[in-house]
Amino acid sequence: MTVLFSIFSFLYQTGDAFAFLVLSACGLAIIFGMMGVINLAHGEFIMCGAYVCAAAARAGLPLPIAILAGALAAGFAGMVIERIIIRPLYDRPLDTIVATWGVSMVVTQGTLILLGSTMPGTGTPFGSFTVGPYSYSVYRVVLMVAALGTLGLLWVGFTKTRFGVLARATIQVPHIAQALGVNTGLVYSLTFGLGAALAGLAGGLYAPTMTLVPTMGSAFVVEAFVTVVVGGADIFLGTAPAALVLGAVKASLTSWQGQLAGQIGLLVAVIIVIRILPRGISGWILRERT
Amino acid sequence: MKTLGLLQGPQTLGKGKPFWSAFTLVVALACAYPLFADGYDVGNNVYFFNWAFMALGLSLIWGYGGTLSFGQTAFFGVAGYTYGVISINFGDAYGLTIFALVASVAAAALLAAALGYFLFFGRISGVFLGIVTLSVTLVLERFMAQTAGPEWRVGAARLNGYNGMGGMPSLTIPWFGSDIVLFPDVQLYYFTLALLIACYLGLRILVNSRFGNVLVAIRENPQRAEMLGYDIRVYQLVTFIIGSALAGLSGVLYTSWGNYITPASMGMTAAALPIVWVAVGGRSDLTTTLIGAMLVLAGFQALTIHGSQYALVVMGALLVLTVLIAPRGLVFGLGTLVAALVNRKPKRQGE
Repeated sequence: MTVLFSIFSFLYQTGDAFAFLVLSACGLAIIFGMMGVINLAHGEFIMCGAYVCAAAARAGLPLPIAILAGALAAGFAGMVIERIIIRPLYDRPLDTIVATWGVSMVVTQGTLILLGSTMPGTGTPFGSFTVGPYSYSVYRVVLMVAALGTLGLLWVGFTKTRFGVLARATIQVPHIAQALGVNTGLVYSLTFGLGAALAGLAGGLYAPTMTLVPTMGSAFVVEAFVTVVVGGADIFLGTAPAALVLGAVKASLTSWQGQLAGQIGLLVAVIIVIRILPRGISGWILRERT
Repeated sequence: MKTLGLLQGPQTLGKGKPFWSAFTLVVALACAYPLFADGYDVGNNVYFFNWAFMALGLSLIWGYGGTLSFGQTAFFGVAGYTYGVISINFGDAYGLTIFALVASVAAAALLAAALGYFLFFGRISGVFLGIVTLSVTLVLERFMAQTAGPEWRVGAARLNGYNGMGGMPSLTIPWFGSDIVLFPDVQLYYFTLALLIACYLGLRILVNSRFGNVLVAIRENPQRAEMLGYDIRVYQLVTFIIGSALAGLSGVLYTSWGNYITPASMGMTAAALPIVWVAVGGRSDLTTTLIGAMLVLAGFQALTIHGSQYALVVMGALLVLTVLIAPRGLVFGLGTLVAALVNRKPKRQGE
């Protein structure tokens, strides 16, 4: 029985790490995979989602609505930033990194000035359950379901809906899509907004489990970057498997040596993986297929 | 003589009499400055020079090599901590702090070589390189931040977690009679200034040499450079090591200057600042980088005194505006404008 309990514990931790990696990375992965832009203000969109969610929840809204409000707010902020700052830089991908880093500095410090060094959060709902000698948080299981649900919805969105078809057409050959009457500017704007909204969703979902500080985004960004680097440009063939592999690595190292070892192990794994698979997991899978 | 001829060339702005007269004037002014100022102020202003090496290194990696490295502060921190550990353990007698300086810069270079091997030989480029170097920096910061307990010590040196390591001796030059201790005072000022001028001129020679020309060719078109028979991975790796070692030098000088180093010096904010200095100045030229870094640092300092919280907001906004309005850098734009004006005058006289 003890072995079974340990196996369950490991699976739970892997699932937890997987959910964290998928949720924090998918917004970044969409913006990168679709537009080739690395959004260094990603952590700030997460922070925006978390702050709005906590504020809405404290104002009396039920938590799911509050989380959606956080995602919407971040998505709206993302569309505004895309329109003002990202749009002139599409042909200079390296400069978008630098510019979004500037945005990140302004937002982090601006939040600190306007809202102070911390913000009251909401408690973690649902309590816990026990399996064998260990007790587990129910909310963490909800997060795992949310991660899978997000991936499923994104898959449906990009393969079955009209927006998905237009978005993929725009990404593949922008000028042909434009010639065929697609409003590519709007598609870019919506895609960036979607990526930012997903970041906001991650922030909203994790808001009940974290301390809300202006720099909280940086707790997510390293994991998000690493997942996107290992995964490559495709969210379904890249981000999801990368999150699974890295989740297992992180969970085993964390339970063996503590949280920091998990992070360092993650980074070392990444540096080794990119030496072997420079185009990430999705690049490798796609090459295998052709 | 041939080497000195490389002080000016195709890869650096500024040539001929006007530029070198201005250069001599600036150096003369910098040398004369301590004569007119208080020793305490002079020592404080060495602070600006401390960062210049890191900026020059980033200009080499990013501006000349076209490789986006966000890891400058990682090497800064590694060298700073190494200097602290060595100098606390071995003390400052017999010029051992100079050994500590060399060893720390070597440690930064070694880390850069290891990391760079995986990156460049894995043919990671563009945005991914930026992300990986930034991730390494942030993880290093978190690692150092959790070293608070008494078990985190190297010999006599305690790492002290987020509070940072302190109490290391300043750089000391062994001298006949009594050693010269480089406290933040006039001596340290001249030491750092000499080092800075040497690095600046050395880098000018480097980028105008064959190596620098190949490097710029790689930046302009990596595939073409490779087809011409250059192993671009080696060139990029060597550039990365040199640039990172310069960041390490900054780290040592900073640690010795303030007798203090903290994990925050590697964090997200700290890592962004070199990018701001170099981008605002004009990353593709050493001189504009240096001028830009000094101007932005002075501005940052002034802002910090008057309204500390807004300084970072202004830095971020400055970065965004530079990228949008003057992608090659504000000082660089001004420099080319001046050069165009200067070059136009003789033509008019000739007409």
